[in-house]
Amino acid sequence: MNVGLFIPCYVNQFYPQVAIATLQLLEKYNCTVHYPLNQTCCGQPMANSGYEKLGQQCNELITESFVAYDYIVCPSGSCTLHIKDHLHSEKNDNAAQGIRKKIYELAEFMVDVLKVENIDASFPYKVGVHQSCHGQRGLNVSQMSELVAAPFSKTDALLKKVKGLELVQLDRVDECCGFGGTFCVVEEAVSVRMGQDRVADHEKNNVEVITGGDMSCLMHMEGILKRKKSNVAIKHIAEILNGEPILSFPEGREKGKSLAEIDDVILSPEGA
Amino acid sequence: MSVTNAKHPELAAAFNKDAARVGWHDETLWWIRQKRDKAAWTLPEWEELRETASQIKLNTLSNLSEYLTAFEKNALANGAIVHWAADAKEHNEIVHKILQQHKVTQLVKSKSMLTEECGLNDYLAANGVDVVDTDLGERIVQLANEHPSHIVLPCIHWKKEEIGELFHQHLNTPKGNADPQFLTEAARIHLREKFLTRKVAITGVNFAIAETGEFVVSTNEGNADMGAHLAEVHIACMGIEKLIPQRKHLGVFLRLLARSATGQPVTTYNSHFKTPNKNQQLHIILVDNGRSVQLGREDFRNSLKCIRCGACFNTCPVYRRSGGHSYHTAVAGPIGSILAPNFDMKKNADLPFASTLCGSCTNVCPVKIDIHNQLYKWRQVLTEEGHSPKTKTLAMKLMAFVLSKPAAFNLGGKVGRKVMRWFPFLVNNKLNPWYKQRDMPVPPKQSFTEWYKKNKK
Repeated sequence: MNVGLFIPCYVNQFYPQVAIATLQLLEKYNCTVHYPLNQTCCGQPMANSGYEKLGQQCNELITESFVAYDYIVCPSGSCTLHIKDHLHSEKNDNAAQGIRKKIYELAEFMVDVLKVENIDASFPYKVGVHQSCHGQRGLNVSQMSELVAAPFSKTDALLKKVKGLELVQLDRVDECCGFGGTFCVVEEAVSVRMGQDRVADHEKNNVEVITGGDMSCLMHMEGILKRKKSNVAIKHIAEILNGEPILSFPEGREKGKSLAEIDDVILSPEGA
Repeated sequence: MSVTNAKHPELAAAFNKDAARVGWHDETLWWIRQKRDKAAWTLPEWEELRETASQIKLNTLSNLSEYLTAFEKNALANGAIVHWAADAKEHNEIVHKILQQHKVTQLVKSKSMLTEECGLNDYLAANGVDVVDTDLGERIVQLANEHPSHIVLPCIHWKKEEIGELFHQHLNTPKGNADPQFLTEAARIHLREKFLTRKVAITGVNFAIAETGEFVVSTNEGNADMGAHLAEVHIACMGIEKLIPQRKHLGVFLRLLARSATGQPVTTYNSHFKTPNKNQQLHIILVDNGRSVQLGREDFRNSLKCIRCGACFNTCPVYRRSGGHSYHTAVAGPIGSILAPNFDMKKNADLPFASTLCGSCTNVCPVKIDIHNQLYKWRQVLTEEGHSPKTKTLAMKLMAFVLSKPAAFNLGGKVGRKVMRWFPFLVNNKLNPWYKQRDMPVPPKQSFTEWYKKNKK
């Protein structure tokens, strides 16, 4: 099947390894993956700040870029949800409405469309899942703790197929990390406190690596982990499912150097 | 009471100066959220109950004028005196006029968020009337010269030791005694004297039933009953959205209310008031105060379904870590943030932004108000109406410009990452709110687009 890859703007610029892992992963499952070069951003940074209208050019770029694909896959629940809920076009709204129905977050695409049974990856670490609010409550990637309803998690279902990976149960299963887009700078004090509390839950439960479907949440938590020189690393789910180990994990544990930092060096996409 | 022009980010930052207190506040409210979860899970039909309540309220709002007229007719037939107040000012004046007619200058009042919204206490104080709030939590904040920080748990931001000290100052309890049982007993004695001597009692209204003209007041302390039964004049103040069509609908809401609010199976006292006692007057004040305007806003009208359970407060990760007073409005929390801009867009333009849009509020809401979607929509409205800072508009326009053109985005990203690598101090400084308490991501040498062009295209 023809899959168009939508890469969030900040992943493109700051976490290219996540985009590469997503692309390689989808190819492993026999998808023909294209990355249309005229995409920039889903428009959410403007829209969530109250400037939805300023995102219209982003909407047009997305509509033009992705009209032709069977599916659009994005390694972010938040960007996927924004496109699903808000994409519209002044030039070709039929195409825009079609894209809203064809776009999937990576984990839900792998479970619901690809119906992935086996994952050829090994990750022998204690992993805590940070389920992004938009992925969970917006896209229903996993059940929400507020509802009286049967639990499930597409993210966990995939991670459970990874060899050696030990999923850790957190005290608060789906508390927001406090990133929230521009919230993270406008409401800096609360945002940081939320992130610190979220990270503390993982640390308290002996998590070695925090993973999730949204790099924005992970970037925020990574910033907090690095500042406190924590040994907890972050890793997008695409990287784990693509079988990318933290190569230096046991022996690279140098004093004073966080695993997150080591990881950056090892997995920097330079020449990848 | 203190009046401030500070906005949510500043007030929340001030609250966060005491990190230990923030942790305590968060844990306390999270505990209530967990109690709510347990109570909800005792009912397999919970989600169906929420949907039913939502539908009943939507029906009520769609036919509000008819239900209001029916309620008035039935209440009058029951012997109540019905008043209509267009706004807070009229409401306060009606209350004052009733007091003057009875030559009364002191009264007891059980919990009513409507009277908070209308600023009744301050108004009456300015007119020489002594109001004693009889809900224990409200009495505590009243003694402290504060407003409630939570609609169900007004003094949730107070620790028991601080309440001990407050009671020592105001109620002469022994210094250093912070035993909750002892302090409650002291408050009971203090309030008993007020109940026995006040001739007028004000209560709020949780549900008013159009079909019967009766209304229901829910309290855990029985203080509404103590006030209303002992007084010669009972004034019940209610927003016009408090109606439900029929008595048979009440069970749906009572089952949801207490479980959502505190995790109790039912509120301790759900008292029905219908016909005034002999020699007693029963006044009902129906207050609009912006509700008709909100009803006319298609995107926001269903915020009027709210039954004031406070579940959205307890689950809100922002509320738990910023405290009720950071919302600078009578009703704080997520629901307050979608109600407040209706009253005053300029003053409350910050509140819809005091959220990560995580959506937990929407999920706990017993009447299924899509709170987080309305927060998003208010952001758009406030910006359209010009209540966004000029600097923000400029920054957003610049961002939109870069993101509108792939070439500008790619070049901007490349230059930005280079600058970050070569001159890290340009971003790693105190002017960058991200960097204050978080490290910046390490910028890679190439973007994904650059990698893709080299390796895949």
